[in-house]
Amino acid sequence: MPPKAPDCVTTRWHEMTYLPKPRLHHPSLQRNAAGFIRRDYEGAVSTLCAGCGHDSISAAIIQACWELDIEPHRVAKISGIGCSSKTPTYFLSASHGFNAVHGRMPSVLTGANLANRELLYLGVSGDGDSASIGIGQFVHSIRRGVDMVYIVENNGVYGLTKGQFSATADQGSKSKKGAINTDAPVDMVGMALQLGASFVASSFSGDKAQLVPLLKAAMTHKGAAFLDVISPCVTFNNHEGSTKSYDYVREHNHALCRMDFISSHAEITVDYAPGEVREVHQHDGSVLRLRKLPEGHDSGDRVGAMNYLHACQARGEIVTGLLYVDPDAADLHAHLDTTPVAFNTLGEGELCPGAATLEAINADLR
Amino acid sequence: MQPTDIGNPQYFHKVVDCQWACPAHTQVPRYIRMIAAGRFDDAYLLNWDSNVFPGILGRTCDRPCEPACRRGRVEENNGEKPEPVAICRLKRVAADNRSVDIEKRMRERLPEPVPGAERFRIACVGGGPSSLTVARDLAPLGYRVTIFETDAKGGGFMRTQVPRFRLPEAVINEEVGYILGLGVEFVGNHKIDSMKSLLAENFDAVFVGCGAPRGRNLHVPGRDEAATWIHLGIEWLASVYFEHVKKVGRRVLVLGGGNTAMDCCRSARRLGGEEVKVIVRSGYEEMKASPWEKEDAEHEGVEILNWLNPKSFVHEDGKLTGMWFTPMRAEVDANGRRKLVPNGEPDRLIECDEVLIAVGQENAFPWIERDLGMAFDEWGMPVLDKLTMQSSLPGVFFGGDAAFGPKNIIWAVEHGHQAAVSIHNLLQHEDVRKRPPPLTNLVSQKMGIHEWSYDNEISPDERYVVPWAPKEKTLTNIHQEVELGFDVQTAWKEAQRCLNCDVQTVFTKDICIECDACVDACPTDCITFTSNGEEMELRTRLTAPAQNTGQDLYVSEPLKTARVMVKDEDVCLHCGLCAERCPTGAWDMRQFLFVDSCAGHDEGSATVATRKKTPA
Repeated sequence: MPPKAPDCVTTRWHEMTYLPKPRLHHPSLQRNAAGFIRRDYEGAVSTLCAGCGHDSISAAIIQACWELDIEPHRVAKISGIGCSSKTPTYFLSASHGFNAVHGRMPSVLTGANLANRELLYLGVSGDGDSASIGIGQFVHSIRRGVDMVYIVENNGVYGLTKGQFSATADQGSKSKKGAINTDAPVDMVGMALQLGASFVASSFSGDKAQLVPLLKAAMTHKGAAFLDVISPCVTFNNHEGSTKSYDYVREHNHALCRMDFISSHAEITVDYAPGEVREVHQHDGSVLRLRKLPEGHDSGDRVGAMNYLHACQARGEIVTGLLYVDPDAADLHAHLDTTPVAFNTLGEGELCPGAATLEAINADLR
Repeated sequence: MQPTDIGNPQYFHKVVDCQWACPAHTQVPRYIRMIAAGRFDDAYLLNWDSNVFPGILGRTCDRPCEPACRRGRVEENNGEKPEPVAICRLKRVAADNRSVDIEKRMRERLPEPVPGAERFRIACVGGGPSSLTVARDLAPLGYRVTIFETDAKGGGFMRTQVPRFRLPEAVINEEVGYILGLGVEFVGNHKIDSMKSLLAENFDAVFVGCGAPRGRNLHVPGRDEAATWIHLGIEWLASVYFEHVKKVGRRVLVLGGGNTAMDCCRSARRLGGEEVKVIVRSGYEEMKASPWEKEDAEHEGVEILNWLNPKSFVHEDGKLTGMWFTPMRAEVDANGRRKLVPNGEPDRLIECDEVLIAVGQENAFPWIERDLGMAFDEWGMPVLDKLTMQSSLPGVFFGGDAAFGPKNIIWAVEHGHQAAVSIHNLLQHEDVRKRPPPLTNLVSQKMGIHEWSYDNEISPDERYVVPWAPKEKTLTNIHQEVELGFDVQTAWKEAQRCLNCDVQTVFTKDICIECDACVDACPTDCITFTSNGEEMELRTRLTAPAQNTGQDLYVSEPLKTARVMVKDEDVCLHCGLCAERCPTGAWDMRQFLFVDSCAGHDEGSATVATRKKTPA
């Protein structure tokens, strides 16, 4: 017997003026190895604007988690403040969650990760939360190599405060009211590459065929995985003159390559001529198969990735896809040589080793 | 695939599974909403307009709508027992709760008479549902309709064969009465025994709705010798109705697996039959009786024995003592035809005191002279135009069981509607084959950002069970109705299970920004944006595969990205979440109205105007 779906996903919100998604589902939905159907990974009904790109990203996370057979209680979703940071409510309602202070998701996530290294950490943030108020936190969590998936739902505006330009808005782009942005944008993808993230990708909320495999690759990556997802704000940034509208992104999207995610228990078949694909073998046994790579591009070449990114940006293109991955990266725990298990599995004797141990440590430092 | 033409009324009509499956195309979701809103008169009149006998059908309909109901598909894998909405029993709720002055409201909504119609006289042979429907459709238009009926009262099979514990006589009296009250002349106790003489009376049109009155006999050894204890099912049921039969033997065998057999066995249980067995030649699943009729019979202690072919009646001193049966199995012959053959096990003797034969009914037209020029086929059935119900004699029409053999009440009603259209055309010098167009409309139900004029919350409830009178009461009194009907509170809950399939998802491609919000919001994965392709190939690469090819794909014209929107209509809950999550209003929920054509229903006619009087 497959396990029953967790009860919390059936929560009903009668006080809302709009309706939760009915539990009835398509009869063909299959249970994954963890015993869940895709619908079991959903959350409460979204209160974001209808048509928000963030909802598509939530749907992609749901799909990726179902496909990876992830047990929801093994996930911690941590966010800050903003439209993007509201979204963890709308997926994985059976997972752990924490809404941090504005811009402070990375430090809360780092702390949680140090205490319990066995969970999958989804850091969900936005351009305001990570490129303005929390930019310092973003920078340090990346350079420390915290084992996480850091997702920036990037729409170029402050949606919750009526659509002012955010720090990622492109120079020269036009606001809904007609103002032109004169400031240069913060390039979070470029920064992540420069700061040593061991997995860097960019994507578009309107392209789930690309986004879902990228999320799966990031979730199985060991180390700091950074994923910048352009996510149009339908209310404040989806007009003519915007560089983060559905139409603009579709017209200027330069997909670096197509990537297939092949899980560790799937049979790996080769049906491509040599040179046509490049395969990246991850630590958990999964394989990232990159197709249609541009001439001379190497997903393991950090400097090449930075050059490629900047060259495309200079041409006015938006690069999407997997830019860089180091499958052998070490994470913060390896750097600090921490205990190999979660703190909550340790006994009092190990957590409080006593005065004699302290004496020994102090003696060492003398 | 070509873009879907939603301008074709049949496209959205087909999406309303219940209405599409109903022979009379009753607007089911609309009347269910009326019941939920407590508008029982409106619900009753909507039914009356379409199926003429809401109270009768709310108890006895064969309910082709229910197996078609979308709820029975979307609950699959979601509940223990996927069940359709209890459409039939909700109809009864409308009838049970209608106001006493319903007849007055009925008259307010009748069409205007057609000038000059009073010059025409129409004869209906038989007083059953098809004749009554012809009368109901034509009398208000001004035609002078006369019904000839062998029995004293109208209703036909509904009165004389359907047992009172399923259909109280008062219900028949009321609903037959409404029709006769429209100025229809009813001639009871008058058997028509010659078509020639009837035609000589110079009626302008004749409608034959005399049913399939002859029960099929079973000629096996011992039949004649033990005849006193062997009866034809439909004749025996009529004798029960007329109270010529008041008791039955202790051990009764009913031969046959149809609904008449079920009525026979259940009647026998009430008249002293303690051991009542239904014996069927074929298997349980393939019995013609509706599943609920079988359940009801078994609930009352009737045993159903399958795969037994009657071989002979056993009698001693002229008294029936039992029957021999040969055990059977099904076999497919070289031509792919399925037939029943003995399975080799020894014959079985089943003891009994009385036998009821319910192995089918036949049409019989001994009263129609064969020299009138009316064509009959090799089985003695009249040759009819299936569209118009017209025989080869232009002024003579058939309907109900008399037309194509035994069917059911709702088909008889539909035959009556179509014959009425034909008769009206004939008398107005129109092409008899002409069918008036259906009345259709498509209106947005949007009232606010998250507000619709229909209740779009999907009830998770399972089907509610209609309460029954206690068995001690029903098995001792043949007049005690078994089903008590839903109370209003339960009816409301059952009505909430309806998915409102007539509120259609309508897509406007020019304003779609392809944000995927609808794809993510849809609870049943109905919507896909993808490149176009051939239908069978396209069905395989949707968000969820569309394997039910009986249900259409709704395909848009190409969008900005050259993709198309494809919606699989199969398991759409009509919850409106696609429209609620659409930022541009490219999805809208619009109520689709489809009123099937009826006599005198031409565009701009008074009939259409009066039908529009019924509020949504």
